[in-house]
Amino acid sequence: MATMKFSKEHEWIRVDGDVATIGITQHAAEQLGDLVFVELPDVGKTVAPGDEAAVVESVKAASEVYAPVSGEVVEVNSVLADEPGKVNEAPEGDGWFMKLKLSDASELDGLMDEAAYKAFVEEQG
Amino acid sequence: MADKRPRLTDLQAGANFIPRHIGPRDSEISAMLKTVGASSLDDLIAKVVPKKIRSERPLDLPVPLSERNALSDLRKVAGRNRIYTSMIGMGYYGCVTPKVILRNILENPGWYTAYTPYQAEVSQGRLEALLNFQQMVVDLTGLELASASLLDEGTAAAEAMAMAHRVSKTGRDVFFVDADTHPQTVAVLETRARGFGFELKVGDPATDLKPDEVFAALLSYPGSSGQVRDHRKTIASLKAAGALSIMATDLLALAMLTPPGELGADIAVGSAQRFGVPMGYGGPHAAFFATRDEFKRAMPGRVIGVSVDAEGRPALRMALQTREQHIRREKATSNICTAQVLLAVIAGMFAVYQGPKGIAKIAARAHRFAEIAAHALRKWGYEVTTDAFFDTITVRVPARAYALVAKAREQRINLRHVDADHIGISFDETTRRSEVEKLLGCFRTNGLAGWSLDQIDEELSECIPAGLQRTSDYLTHPVFNMYRSETRMLRYLRHLQSKDIALDRSMIPLGSCTMKLNATTEMIPVTWPEFANMHPFCPLEQAQGYQQLFEELESWLAEITGFDAVSLQPNAGSQGEYAGLMTIRAFHEANGDSHRDVCLIPSSAHGTNPASAVMAGLKVVVVKCDDHGNVDVDDLKAKAEANKENLAALMVTYPSTHGVFEEAIKDICQAIHDHGGQVYLDGANLNALVGLVRPAEIGADVCHMNLHKTFCIPHGGGGPGVGPIGVKAHLARFLPGHDVVEGVNPAAHGLATIGQVSAAPWGSASILPISWAYIAMMGAEGLTRATQVAILNANYIARRLGEHFPIVYTGPGGYVAHECIIDMREVKENAGIGVEDVAKRLVDYGFHAPTMSWPVPETLMIEPTESECQQEIDRFCEAMIQIRAEIAEVESGKADKVNNVLRNAPHTHRALLEDWTRPYSREQAYFPLHTQRDDKYWPPVARVDNVYGDRHVVCTCPPLEAYAEAAE
Repeated sequence: MATMKFSKEHEWIRVDGDVATIGITQHAAEQLGDLVFVELPDVGKTVAPGDEAAVVESVKAASEVYAPVSGEVVEVNSVLADEPGKVNEAPEGDGWFMKLKLSDASELDGLMDEAAYKAFVEEQG
Repeated sequence: MADKRPRLTDLQAGANFIPRHIGPRDSEISAMLKTVGASSLDDLIAKVVPKKIRSERPLDLPVPLSERNALSDLRKVAGRNRIYTSMIGMGYYGCVTPKVILRNILENPGWYTAYTPYQAEVSQGRLEALLNFQQMVVDLTGLELASASLLDEGTAAAEAMAMAHRVSKTGRDVFFVDADTHPQTVAVLETRARGFGFELKVGDPATDLKPDEVFAALLSYPGSSGQVRDHRKTIASLKAAGALSIMATDLLALAMLTPPGELGADIAVGSAQRFGVPMGYGGPHAAFFATRDEFKRAMPGRVIGVSVDAEGRPALRMALQTREQHIRREKATSNICTAQVLLAVIAGMFAVYQGPKGIAKIAARAHRFAEIAAHALRKWGYEVTTDAFFDTITVRVPARAYALVAKAREQRINLRHVDADHIGISFDETTRRSEVEKLLGCFRTNGLAGWSLDQIDEELSECIPAGLQRTSDYLTHPVFNMYRSETRMLRYLRHLQSKDIALDRSMIPLGSCTMKLNATTEMIPVTWPEFANMHPFCPLEQAQGYQQLFEELESWLAEITGFDAVSLQPNAGSQGEYAGLMTIRAFHEANGDSHRDVCLIPSSAHGTNPASAVMAGLKVVVVKCDDHGNVDVDDLKAKAEANKENLAALMVTYPSTHGVFEEAIKDICQAIHDHGGQVYLDGANLNALVGLVRPAEIGADVCHMNLHKTFCIPHGGGGPGVGPIGVKAHLARFLPGHDVVEGVNPAAHGLATIGQVSAAPWGSASILPISWAYIAMMGAEGLTRATQVAILNANYIARRLGEHFPIVYTGPGGYVAHECIIDMREVKENAGIGVEDVAKRLVDYGFHAPTMSWPVPETLMIEPTESECQQEIDRFCEAMIQIRAEIAEVESGKADKVNNVLRNAPHTHRALLEDWTRPYSREQAYFPLHTQRDDKYWPPVARVDNVYGDRHVVCTCPPLEAYAEAAE
């Protein structure tokens, strides 16, 4: 299994060749609570790091999901449109958001590994 | 003995309202002072309010009036308003409020003292009433989804514009407006477009609209002139260009016209005023907003949805609340919080009582009168320029418009003076045959033949083209067809009212909401015809009573806040914020500082603050708060310094949203001024300041006042609100003006004003007598005492509950301002009991919960106000303390972690009918306090499922079978 990287915005990214799968972390899903709506980008959209790529809503919060790296959206998890709860059930599995064709793999170096992310979450309290 | 004989003046009523408004008796005040460790009210205030911000000058207001004298004075004021028959139209129409609705809703504290239905379980009655309103709007507009109302037609159009920009994805910034739109709507759009940086193009949709240049267009249907146009082609070409179509329309007209949804429109907006809500010299009224299902998550404002409760039955709640600006903050495109619930409820009930046939008859009658007038005028050789119309016609009378309008006025009829050559004439539900005859008499000159109305009627042929005549049904749901008799209607209203907790039942300790007494004497004048039946665009000489009321109220509010000028136009607190920031922007622009666009906002601010800033075209920079909830002064100074070239404003709430008097407020204001910025003070917490501190004296340049909090306008179940702003002299000329009515902001000389922020010149004029009466009856002494007691009550609660829960923020000496925040985070961690469980358990005790999780997550914010007496406060504290003991049982393991009295709350009567298998007694579940034995509130539904409701959004009335099935 490919290694996972994490962003400070609480997204995870798993790279397979030049395609990266992106979702929100377990921690983020717990913080948001039960999701009621996920808005995904159009396939073909290109994003740069920090761009708004998706929107998630729970009963208590609405927030953006930012692209952790740049690339082109090649696939989205359209199941989430009808079953946003999948994100809560398996945020780092079936609850993935989108797949990006990476335009600059070196951007991954700026992200955290699992241990660093864990420490980051704890530090944030 | 003679010296004990009271003097005559002692026997007179005097300021007899003050002890009616202020809840605690003197003995209770003494007892509470002892608890909080103060020797007197003055001593308490000296301990709580920092000396350096105290005002040195006491309030200078007229001697307080007795209740009877306040009413007789207001009678005199009202007597200076003259009621003419209004045929002005322009979005405001005469209507008949059915008396059963007038007495049982508009004049009924069970409806008007309720709060926004955040706590769904104690709000099912007005939620159902709002769902009726939504269903009515959906039916009449032919669209799929409607919200629970917006502030007025102008701002609804502006909200539609902002939403269209967000969802259109065209990347364009041009918005087109049909030139045949009510001028006040165009004016509100102009102001709003400026803040967003949109370009507004006004023209004829048939010739001037280039669909591929715009992100959306607003089409009027019928137009302001009365003309009904077929917009189908325009809508189709907009759609092809990826742009949205918004229709400004009229609900009554839609009983006869093909609805916007069937014409292909994406959004429909307008006013529901003529559905039973008096004109009230401009407001308050409910605006409606309807759109397609695909845009439901982008729709501004509140929307009621159907969900299920813990027992699996249908239950109502406010849906999609995450879209609200308090969560989206600076990413929001709307700052709308308040709806116009009371007025939407009335409009919905109007449809319930009239039903489809009643509505059709009212519409057809107004239409017929218009047709008769048009036909007669044409026979006499007049040119009627509207050839297809509903209830309004425009007549071309070259150079004679002024004279004819004056002639009609002699008959006590107001017409629309369009320009020197044109007159507008509008008919409505209240139009009488005799008035039409009088009207026609004004146009009939010597030698012209005369006919009876019935003779003319027989010659008519329908002027609405076949393609625009409505063929689809509306108001088919049973709720619009069951309540034809007054007996049934009366009982339906009573049935819904009894489901809710309003101030007529118990205290509503909502922090930041100031749920104080809305006294009967204050409310009585609102429905007097001299206040209720005035068109906002009638000649000023007919509205001298209103003008006097505005002048006096403005001067009193200025005296209370220390400002030099006041604008009454903003019709909600959020509108006040927006108007205030636009005023600041205009000031900078006038100084050649249009680059100043940075707005500092503390992280503790209410979410409307950043949303309003963005709408005013400002960039938000967030300032940190320290552990005590105070603004981090070092961070503020650093950010003011770093942005000194571009600093526009600071928005700050005082006392802070955390309920604390910050010592540093004067330094904070000074730092902003030193760097060229202006200070906007959010007056949401003004109830802690009146008579003690003047916002203008501590450094604010602008401040809004929530008249619906501090100055007794009732919350109406979630609106109306009124949010006037006070400004210092240097900002006065920028205050809102009005495009139709002169003299709204004379200081502007027609140039400097920011324009209109609301549709009506003086906002929600008809409810201003409430605040007038409050100030007139309280006077300086009463208002100051009210503030003192509000602070005492809050500190008393903080002391009593502080022994059982941590109090989050306090000032020096451990004191709070007028509200306190209790911390539930530890409880959540130890026992898994959250604020929501406590809130729902309070329902079993018969209370409305305090504000939940704002401004700090997992806390409860409590504001008792001065109107609650110690006895009621004690009852609430006992409930909270007993709930703490129930939590302790969960913590200790004595009670189950899941199946306990808190997690299962609230308990309905239905659960009583089942076998009782719960691990606690029925007595504990239903009657936790002995005082409930004789007065028990029974929640109509169990806990409402929020997640289900937001995943399966349904915002129309469920078929009756849904309830029947659930009951089985």
